[in-house]
Amino acid sequence: MDQITNQGLISACSAIGAGLAVIAGIGPGVGQGIAAGYGASAVGRNPGAKGDIMSTMLLGQAVAETTGLYGLVVALLLMFVKPFKGV
Amino acid sequence: MMSGFATGAMQVMQVARAEESTPDFYIHELAPVNFFGTTVHITTTHVCTLIVFITIIIIAIAGRNSVLKHKDKPTKFSAGVEIAISTLLNFVKGSMGKAGKNYINYIGALFTFVFFSNISGLFGLRPPTADYGTTLCIGLVSFCMIQYAAIRYMKLNYLKGMFEPVFLFFPINVISELAIPVSLSLRLFGNVLAGTVMMALYYGMLPIFAKIGVPSALHAYFDLFSGAIQAYVFSMLTMTFIADKRASAE
Repeated sequence: MDQITNQGLISACSAIGAGLAVIAGIGPGVGQGIAAGYGASAVGRNPGAKGDIMSTMLLGQAVAETTGLYGLVVALLLMFVKPFKGV
Repeated sequence: MMSGFATGAMQVMQVARAEESTPDFYIHELAPVNFFGTTVHITTTHVCTLIVFITIIIIAIAGRNSVLKHKDKPTKFSAGVEIAISTLLNFVKGSMGKAGKNYINYIGALFTFVFFSNISGLFGLRPPTADYGTTLCIGLVSFCMIQYAAIRYMKLNYLKGMFEPVFLFFPINVISELAIPVSLSLRLFGNVLAGTVMMALYYGMLPIFAKIGVPSALHAYFDLFSGAIQAYVFSMLTMTFIADKRASAE
């Protein structure tokens, strides 16, 4: 069996780190779901204000999504830019 | 018979994989250009940005000519342009109030550019907003707009507001201001890049028969829906920050 090289170890650990980084997606998922649920109940209570509720909900969801996207960007950096390759 | 079919399908899939096993969502370098002694690398981002600019300019000129020509009896196109402009006016005035009329040009240009960039993936381009250079520049321009509005409306109170509630909060206030362009640009970049990567993975790693029909739904979600939402959110957040500075001045 071949020995594990340093570069191979770095690649493997980067992949594991990328996988761990996208766990950040849990938080925005819960947050967006809560926002969508309250949006739906608001539309049920006041169907006339559907447009305003919709735009407010989408704005809040997009802001909540940001933290998840930070995790995604970190994962993509680890996978494709490989910042630790030269270490 | 069955197993023969299965191995045949496996071989076809393996050949297809071997042919297109590298999903391609990278920024490609097209040509190095010598620019006053430094080498500037012309990439796909530059070319796609230029194409988006030219498209927007052509649509704008055609819309202007059509609206001026058909003042009395609007055609479908000129009526569409007028509806788009009045929607933009209502959009800006609805979230910024009376001060909105000073910012309509900026918000309109921002929205149009980001929207057309995001949906350019539909036409086979690599979206310019999937490059952090583009989104960081747009974010910095928005940041300058917000700071300009703050200084214009609050004058010296803006500096005083940095030290509130206690003077110890000064670094925290500065960081919260500096976080605005970073979060604005990373949000747009992350969303568009995620869509681009998903589409590249889908096109690059699946066998040929999976690419019929299904990608249209993915394009509709990742390019059209997500792109429109992100363009809306970017311009909406810029307007919200400007209106926030204005409201705290009164």
